[in-house]
Amino acid sequence: MAERIQIHPVTRVEGHAKISIYVDDAGEVTSAQFHVTEFRGFEKLCEGRPFHEMPGLMSRICGICPISHILASSKAGDMLLGVEIPRAAAKQRRLVNHAQILQSHALSFFHLSAPDLFLGMDAPPSKRNIFGMLEGDADFVRRGIRLRQFGQRIIELVGGKKIHPAWGAPGGVLQAIGAAERDEIRSSIPEAIESLHEALGRLKRVLDSFAVEIEHLGNFPTLFLGTVSPEGELEYYDGLIRIGDAEGNIVADGLDPLRYASYLGEASEEWSFMKLPHYKPLGYPGGLYRVGPLARLNIAKSAGTPLANREMTEFKQRGKGAVCQSFHYHLARLIEMLHAVESIEQLADDPDLMREHVRAQAGQNRHHGVGSCEAPRGTLFHDYEVDDHGLIRRANLLIATSQNNLAMNQTVEQAARYFVSSRAIQEGMLNRVEAGIRCFDPCLSCSTHAFGQASFIIEIRNAAGDLLQQITR
Amino acid sequence: MNVNTLQIDRKMVTGREGDAIFAVAWEHGIHIPRLCHIGGLSDVGACRLCMVEIEGQKRLQASCLTPIQEGMVVRTDTPRLRQHRKLIVELLLAERNHICSVCVADGACELQSLAAALGIDHVRFRYRFPTLPVDTSHERFGLDHNRCILCTRCVRVCDEIEGAHTWDVCGRGANSLIISDLGEPWGESESCTSCGKCVQVCPTGALFDKGKTIAEMRRDRGFLKYIVTARKEKQWIG
Ligand code: SF4
Ligand code: SF4
Repeated sequence: MAERIQIHPVTRVEGHAKISIYVDDAGEVTSAQFHVTEFRGFEKLCEGRPFHEMPGLMSRICGICPISHILASSKAGDMLLGVEIPRAAAKQRRLVNHAQILQSHALSFFHLSAPDLFLGMDAPPSKRNIFGMLEGDADFVRRGIRLRQFGQRIIELVGGKKIHPAWGAPGGVLQAIGAAERDEIRSSIPEAIESLHEALGRLKRVLDSFAVEIEHLGNFPTLFLGTVSPEGELEYYDGLIRIGDAEGNIVADGLDPLRYASYLGEASEEWSFMKLPHYKPLGYPGGLYRVGPLARLNIAKSAGTPLANREMTEFKQRGKGAVCQSFHYHLARLIEMLHAVESIEQLADDPDLMREHVRAQAGQNRHHGVGSCEAPRGTLFHDYEVDDHGLIRRANLLIATSQNNLAMNQTVEQAARYFVSSRAIQEGMLNRVEAGIRCFDPCLSCSTHAFGQASFIIEIRNAAGDLLQQITR
Repeated sequence: MNVNTLQIDRKMVTGREGDAIFAVAWEHGIHIPRLCHIGGLSDVGACRLCMVEIEGQKRLQASCLTPIQEGMVVRTDTPRLRQHRKLIVELLLAERNHICSVCVADGACELQSLAAALGIDHVRFRYRFPTLPVDTSHERFGLDHNRCILCTRCVRVCDEIEGAHTWDVCGRGANSLIISDLGEPWGESESCTSCGKCVQVCPTGALFDKGKTIAEMRRDRGFLKYIVTARKEKQWIG
């Protein structure tokens, strides 16, 4: 009898999710879907509010990447004012964005994914977590925790608070940085680089043992989208959008993030609260693209900082053309962390960072503003329309995780087909399906702008839709 | 000038005849909570937070409007008063939309700090979640009805100090709203001189400088004492 397997809630991701696996009479997987079961309406609740409040309001979407929302929102605000922000403000925003990438990636890699990577996909679930890691290799875990703390500390030093700082605003930022803060940031850099070298070394050493997962967890051709600098290097704060294909060709380049709606479409499906963005010229679902660490490394020609550059050159050799294996999001994340630490060092040495003038003053000069930046999980867009008095009339957010939605669905289906058979369900099989999702480090609160604690459900259903088995964690 | 002697919280204090209990208490370092009172403006007893117990009287009295009397025994901080104050602040919080974490006044709001001082960590009443507008039609200032507690400080400062009388209260009870002139958008008010005094005295995030983001609004009230003493005593002190 055909059946459906559900994984619900999906664990070690940020938010609520459910996976449905459909099986046929022979117990073979026919299809699978990744559902996001949260719903939240941030776009709705900011209507009628002054746009100056948006950075702080939008940062509440997420406790993991509030900085990305502050940045995209502040940039949309800069545009509504029609100003160029002071140099010190731009440098602060860059600095804090790198710190955010560092802390978020550290959470994803060390806390959420390291148990799979270093204890094994089939390790007992009770051990396959950060506490199990601590028993085995406390020093390594501590390094991971300290990397995350370093990122958070920078956010706290610059913004005054670790999680939701009142810091970014239309026109710049609220306060200048002092020498003591800068010196503290500088002093942690050597340790961070050492930890990242160690993590990179370790990950590369175990990658061979994941040959099957690398091959079957989200390995397929897609487009890749991200921001690059004018030189085509990695860029996270302010640049133009580039889209590349699986062969490594540039499909579109120099796209203005402000005009995102002209080249990115958003479809919706009844089985998920997440929108399904796609590259318009190729339609839905043909215009499937991925964003985030893997995409950024694929489309940029180099990193722009020496250590990350070396790693990136080596990384690019893992693919023919682009690296299409979603499993390599993990490696890409570590390389991005290295790049972030190097960039933080450069910014800490930049005399502009310390300048006093951090906010441009102006009244409202436009009715439409779009801000974008690279969030840890990919490109983020905030789009606001305001009335004559600066009150939000319409807001649209295009979130990184939802741009990976189609790819995550495909990953789940590919993983389920390869690893799952309903005849003998083993925990390790389902963990591989989840691990496919974790490659993307989805933040489901962000992508649906929804409330919730982490939970993950897997369901197995037959062709008629009857639930045959459900695994909840 | 006659002087009265009385007891406030077991402390012997003196004050000028006719002075309010509230003022005498503050002069002696006893800070009775309040939201509608602000030094330099007339008192209206609107917020009921400054209620005190007076020995020999069953009813609580608003200390901002009750004059001292010789031999009075006053208590400003008893379990009963604390319960009342908590209740009042919770009702204020439930009445409109107070979401401190996304408010311009976060960190410098009298309602917020009073709630914290009273140990209010949740509200026992159902929130009303009214749908209220934000008026940002004025070039320099904004009024967010969601955060207004109807203390009428803005009404009084505009009337008594600036002399413009732009603000007033319309409606009844919980549906009352602060209005400029006859209910026009603030930006179209003919009486408003754009002096900003109302913005400086507002205890919450209701009146704000346009362009301020979350937790950025800070106020400077030095002007009140300066103008009031200049007028009354012809002394120009900073
Ligand atoms: S006005 Fe005060 S109490 Fe109300 S939301 Fe703002 S900070 Fe909080
Ligand atoms: S706007 Fe401010 S000052 Fe005026 S009544 Fe409301 S809370 Fe009081």
